[in-house]
Amino acid sequence: MGGGLRLNMNALDYLILALYFVTVLGVGFAARRAIKTSVDFFLSGRSLPAWVTGLAFVSANLGALEIIGMAANGAQYGIMTVHYYWIGAVPAMVFLGIVMMPFYYGSKVRSVPEYLRLRFNRPTHLLNAISFAVAQVLIAGVNLYALALIMQALLGWPLWVAIVVGAVIVLAYITVGGLSGAIYNEVLQFFVIIAGLVPITVIGLIKVGGVNGLMDAVRGSDLGDAGLHAWQGTGSTDNPLGAHWLGIVFGLGFVLSFGYWTTNFAEVQRALSARNMSAARRTPIIAAYPKLLIPLVTVIPGLIALITVKGLGADEGDLVYNNAIPLLMRDLLPNGVLGVAVTGLVASFMAGMAANVSGFNTVFTYDIWQAYFRRDRPDEYYVRVGRIATVVAVVVGIGTAFIAAGFSNIMNYIQALFSFFNAPLFGTFIIGMFWRRMSPLAGFWSLLSGTVVAIGTYLLYRGGVISFNSDLEESFWGAGLAFVTAAVVAVIVTPLTRPKSDSELTGLVYGLSDTTLADDSLAGDAAWYRSPVLLGVVAVILAALFYIPVF
Amino acid sequence: MADHEDRHYQGGEAHDPLVDETEDAREERSGAARLFDIRRVIGGLFVAYGLIVGLMGLFDSSAEIDKAQGVRINLWAGAVMLVFGLLMLLWQRLSPTEAPESGEES
Repeated sequence: MGGGLRLNMNALDYLILALYFVTVLGVGFAARRAIKTSVDFFLSGRSLPAWVTGLAFVSANLGALEIIGMAANGAQYGIMTVHYYWIGAVPAMVFLGIVMMPFYYGSKVRSVPEYLRLRFNRPTHLLNAISFAVAQVLIAGVNLYALALIMQALLGWPLWVAIVVGAVIVLAYITVGGLSGAIYNEVLQFFVIIAGLVPITVIGLIKVGGVNGLMDAVRGSDLGDAGLHAWQGTGSTDNPLGAHWLGIVFGLGFVLSFGYWTTNFAEVQRALSARNMSAARRTPIIAAYPKLLIPLVTVIPGLIALITVKGLGADEGDLVYNNAIPLLMRDLLPNGVLGVAVTGLVASFMAGMAANVSGFNTVFTYDIWQAYFRRDRPDEYYVRVGRIATVVAVVVGIGTAFIAAGFSNIMNYIQALFSFFNAPLFGTFIIGMFWRRMSPLAGFWSLLSGTVVAIGTYLLYRGGVISFNSDLEESFWGAGLAFVTAAVVAVIVTPLTRPKSDSELTGLVYGLSDTTLADDSLAGDAAWYRSPVLLGVVAVILAALFYIPVF
Repeated sequence: MADHEDRHYQGGEAHDPLVDETEDAREERSGAARLFDIRRVIGGLFVAYGLIVGLMGLFDSSAEIDKAQGVRINLWAGAVMLVFGLLMLLWQRLSPTEAPESGEES
């Protein structure tokens, strides 16, 4: 085993890590008092303020795979990595808040699959509920495995000890504290992650001579001047990412990004737990602001590692791109901030895994167990089912962690999963939301055929029948084809089948708003700086402005 | 698979039995109002981190300062975390009303 990454942690560094574990568990147990009903357990009783749900929203996506992966991309592809944030996330988050949230929150659905049950029919619902549940457990396993790998490399913990410690802590705080435990910890984790990453960036920048020094050094590196531009050179595929601007705008910026941010229940769940419509709409928009700035502590350290770590970018061993952040921690951080940085990494793994597990237990309980197995039980019964589902999810997650150990590149595995499930789902969703004539059967066939096309494209590519320049290009194309298929099938099947009546669709589709919806706004919601539309527009403008210096 | 059994329209409002059941339970006896304020926890943890890291910074050896490119990073990071933690606690003190209130409303 490569001892080269081993960090020199002292007792006080471990104290910082231990203090974090104790706090996280404490939050879980303290949140237990607030659980009286199933909605308290699965959706925090729809009671949280927007800043809490907003930070949880961004944290749920800030799994360590994201941090480590984006730093690796920063080192490998340079500044183009910011596309994953500024065009690949912010517009979709704003769209979710401004356009889609009124349907989600206003219809009082308890999950994304449940929206499909009301808008279309039970087959569509069951298909989505099962595929979501399976995907969440698989991804939770990947997170757990990645956590264990890092713990093993940095701290020398055996793989299985790290897997069990990580799993047991997440299990404890979600089983006991429900979604409130998960969300409160995500807010805490957000700040700990940032506290861990900022010192790496600051010291790293000093080492390379500030921003100008970094830019000069990148120009002199293998990446060259192209590593400092986001759009230049995207008229062809002759750029570090190998992507044409059309692919970036439509593949990443539209299909993949909107699919992920607007239909992924592990994200949307955070907004559904907000205390009223205004807070729910602001949730993803508030999250967009930190998202705009996160490249500063992921992409920049990636570039710093490219300059300062000799030989980074090896195919295997300690110098792979994925180790960019751990290597900088080893080289630059003294004890003290080192403990905070390790805690930040651990926190980000837990945030990612907790989001998957809390999404899973809700969908399993409400959308599978209550809808198809045991209806009409008292509400407390479903809280118990949710707790058992959490235990099962984590135990199965430990199993899938060992499956993930069999894949050489776990990031590609995750990307493939997203293109299977999110892209076709977004196609079905967006058409169903805006075209009220779309029939229930069209919903089912559109979702099924889109999913089959995405999986089929992936399998044909793996089997060597069709070829793409890179795995990344495959995921753009797979997602794009799935989206188009879902749309075409919806348009073909709808005229042949019976639509739902307007009264059944009230509050679920564009143009049929539920006029009886009670106004749930709180004092102060009307303030101009709390307007979702204004906040959203400003976020998108900022994203565009941020591109100017790195065009 | 009779979909119309799921969602029906009654008294000008759309109803789904499964959604209604849990929403009714929540409106009657949600415990969410007893949820504590997370700002206290964040503030507390960061004050502790600030003190630990800041104190370590006071006693940093020159080797450690050299490793961090001559920056007394522990001192700085400790101070920033301490101030951040105190600000969180202060915010919670000044506007404690952010506690969940949907429980009492209905």
